[in-house]
Amino acid sequence: MVTADWLDIGPVDQLPALGARTLPVQGGEEIAIFRTANGSVYALLNKCPHKQGPLSQGIVHDTTVTCPLHNWRISLVTGEALGDDVGCVPTIPVKIDGGRILIARKEALQGVDG
Amino acid sequence: MVASPPDPRPHLVVIGNGMAGCRAVEEILARDPGKFRITIFGAEPRVNYNRIMLSPVLAGEKTFEDIIINGADWYADSGIELISGDPVVGIDRAAKTVTAKSGMSVSYDKLLIATGSDPFIIPVPGKDLPGVVTFRDLDDVDKMLAAADLGGNAVVIGGGLLGLEAAHGLSLRGMQVTVLHLMPTLMERQLDEAAAWLLKTELERRGQTILTQADTAEIIGTDKVEGVRLKDGTEIRADIVVMAVGIRPSTALAKEAGLAVGRGIQVDDHMVTSDADVLAVGECVEHDGQVYGLVAPLWDMCRSLADGLVGSENPYKGSVTSTKLKVSGIDLFSAGDFSGGEGCEDIVLRDATRGVYKRVIVKQDKIVGAVLYGDTADGNWYFDLLKKGEDIADIRDALIFGQAFASGGGATANPIDAVAALSDDAEICGCNGVSKGQVMACIAGGAQSLDGVRSGCKASASCGSCTGLVENLLALALGDEFAGERDNKPMCKCTSFTHEDVRAAILEKNLKEIPAVMQALSWSTPDGCSSCRPALNYYLLCAWPAEHKEDPQSRFVNERMHANIQKDGTYSVVPRMWGGVTTPKELRAIADAAEKYGARMVKVTGGQRLDLFGIKKEDLPHIWADLNAAGMVSGHAYGKALRTVKTCVGSEWCRFGTQDSTGLGILLEQMTWGSWMPHKFKIAVSGCPRNCAEATIKDFGVICVDSGYELLVGGNGGIHLRGTDLLCKVATEEEALEYCGAFIQLYREEARYLDRTAPWIERVGLDHVKARVVDDHEGRKALYGRFLHAQKYLQKDPWAERAAGKEAHLHQHIAEIRPFAVVGAH
Repeated sequence: MVTADWLDIGPVDQLPALGARTLPVQGGEEIAIFRTANGSVYALLNKCPHKQGPLSQGIVHDTTVTCPLHNWRISLVTGEALGDDVGCVPTIPVKIDGGRILIARKEALQGVDG
Repeated sequence: MVASPPDPRPHLVVIGNGMAGCRAVEEILARDPGKFRITIFGAEPRVNYNRIMLSPVLAGEKTFEDIIINGADWYADSGIELISGDPVVGIDRAAKTVTAKSGMSVSYDKLLIATGSDPFIIPVPGKDLPGVVTFRDLDDVDKMLAAADLGGNAVVIGGGLLGLEAAHGLSLRGMQVTVLHLMPTLMERQLDEAAAWLLKTELERRGQTILTQADTAEIIGTDKVEGVRLKDGTEIRADIVVMAVGIRPSTALAKEAGLAVGRGIQVDDHMVTSDADVLAVGECVEHDGQVYGLVAPLWDMCRSLADGLVGSENPYKGSVTSTKLKVSGIDLFSAGDFSGGEGCEDIVLRDATRGVYKRVIVKQDKIVGAVLYGDTADGNWYFDLLKKGEDIADIRDALIFGQAFASGGGATANPIDAVAALSDDAEICGCNGVSKGQVMACIAGGAQSLDGVRSGCKASASCGSCTGLVENLLALALGDEFAGERDNKPMCKCTSFTHEDVRAAILEKNLKEIPAVMQALSWSTPDGCSSCRPALNYYLLCAWPAEHKEDPQSRFVNERMHANIQKDGTYSVVPRMWGGVTTPKELRAIADAAEKYGARMVKVTGGQRLDLFGIKKEDLPHIWADLNAAGMVSGHAYGKALRTVKTCVGSEWCRFGTQDSTGLGILLEQMTWGSWMPHKFKIAVSGCPRNCAEATIKDFGVICVDSGYELLVGGNGGIHLRGTDLLCKVATEEEALEYCGAFIQLYREEARYLDRTAPWIERVGLDHVKARVVDDHEGRKALYGRFLHAQKYLQKDPWAERAAGKEAHLHQHIAEIRPFAVVGAH
């Protein structure tokens, strides 16, 4: 279903608490959708600013994901690396409406031609 | 038309005789009792009552009379005409009239819509069966009470505020209650995971069954409700089903009348709708994009509405809400935003003995949220600080201990001076009843560290919530000599306890879930970190092999995915080859799988296995199914687990071989595969002292000699090369298996998570290991027995489970965005 600004990518119960799912973008970059312990949902590009590790496979705790490759901790809120590491991964606006996950079309399609 | 006595005053008609409508009228009368002639329409055939007190009525703690706000005399005394039991069905804004269901039509000068909200009914088959009720008004309560009189089973759909209150009432009325909640934790809008776990535990203790992540597929029954079926196939018997999944603003009337309606009826800061003569208030409105389902915002809205009507400025600015659960004996408070995030800091206090969990979320020296369980005395204080946006920098250290402590000077005082001021008999540790005098005596007696105090007088050794006080006493007694260094480091920054403390507590206190450990040991974070969660998951599975429930979100990626993640995000797959022996049939299947799933490299590993690189996560269940079909199972090359048993060909082929090293290797691997351990574990069996299988750098090695088997332990070929130590020599294969199992179990039970055997043995000493495994025959047999017992639960091929569809979501994208569509968003 395509609406003007937001794309419906599925029901929120498809996301495990403290887990993540992936959202490939044809012609663009894969997105990781995260869910925290209390049900908040966040989206980042699925690549660590360090060595492009798939953040979707990391351990989620509080509002942080720890990259599975080298344990960088990335804020789900800002995409910034935490602690002594420096780097930032783009965030994509995401919201829940009526139990569905909606992702911002413009940011999700960044880098897609046309 | 009703013949009205001539009355020159403008006519105010109120649709809705509930809390919002009547409160608004009260506010108007308080400002100018004579301004309007007032008529109130109510759908329910009764006077105005306090809807939020329906829960105590259901629970039998109050009667309907107790919860009436305004009786019949109030309407009469105030000159209000109440038309109850006759709902308004239409509004004609052009003619300025409303029409009720009975056909009665009344004209208005000002109209106030206070229709509240409607319960949300989930659209499943069977939702209209008799016996399916909502929880909104007194009629619903009467239906529930009638059902409870007959006894039997009740199912409540919805584990939010309303659902839990309904469940509590029905449970007190003698029904066997099951709560179905779609989300992983109860009241997820108000509670974090830790508090929700405490709540769930308490409700279960009271006899309710709580099913989370329970997705209702159907309500079953022919003439009336007989049960509920979940999407996973579970069926639960039910004589009554209460739908309490949520509410929606009741906007149908307003929408038909052409008023601006979003999620609710849109109003300005004085509750005026898009029509200047029509106002709206309460749960049916949307103000500044917000709708409210709680009572507190009503009071502010009604004040602004009344001020607006009498012409004085008092704009409504929205409300910050707080929640309390009305279940007797459960103290629970939640306010503001507790989702955390950038710049937010958590202050957590847990007291396991009293069942208390308090969390205050602070951002830029201001409270932005609070979750309290077990002790809510300070809820209103926190809420007040939150609403006023007060700067709490000065009282930050004392904040979590509450208002009495923070404003009693506890906050500003130097913490060392504060403990110095305590009397000698002041209690420091509530769990173990240790006074300040006893702690000071213990320190004077030589305890120079936290661990020393804990082992000496037990202060802070149980739940740990007094750790800070004990450390301040150490600083007081030792001055600069106390640097806070610990001989044994805490597990991680979430706790003051060491790995050993935590493991002992898990057994002693019978802790079986991660949130239980965090609560019992006063974790300082709400849900741990990526360091402690996997460790706790391991300690729990080791302590309770039969009962342990896996938490995939507390596993590192490789163990969650049962494959090794590579730097490009693809995975490598290693099928098990017992003892490093394979067959042409297996090799064909591996070759076919490598081609079919596009493995970009096939590599022989250091442990004598074949590794297929470049497999996509979506393909994992399929390649596993293919390998399973050829008789192969997971090689656990990804786990903190038994990896491989490397062998040489031994006496069957080799002219130097002394024993059947290959055969023994296969037996060892068949006994040990699947076992989760503190870290990876490698075994090798060499058929003679030439040691072609490199057994002397393995965690457990066997070197066959003419007279039997030399058993070696603690080797490592990694960064720090360490040769094995000789454990002992045995005569038979049976003994080799028993000693191996016992050694592994000792390592499983005593090593810290992420300790290989080499550093563990260096720390505890080889003599300790020999004493337990070699010298103590009974002890060895007990260790071996516990190992085999655990293996009964662990030797299930995880690949076969995944190939059959378990945890399928881990291997599938949630959806895919293509240029003109989103694909696969179910």
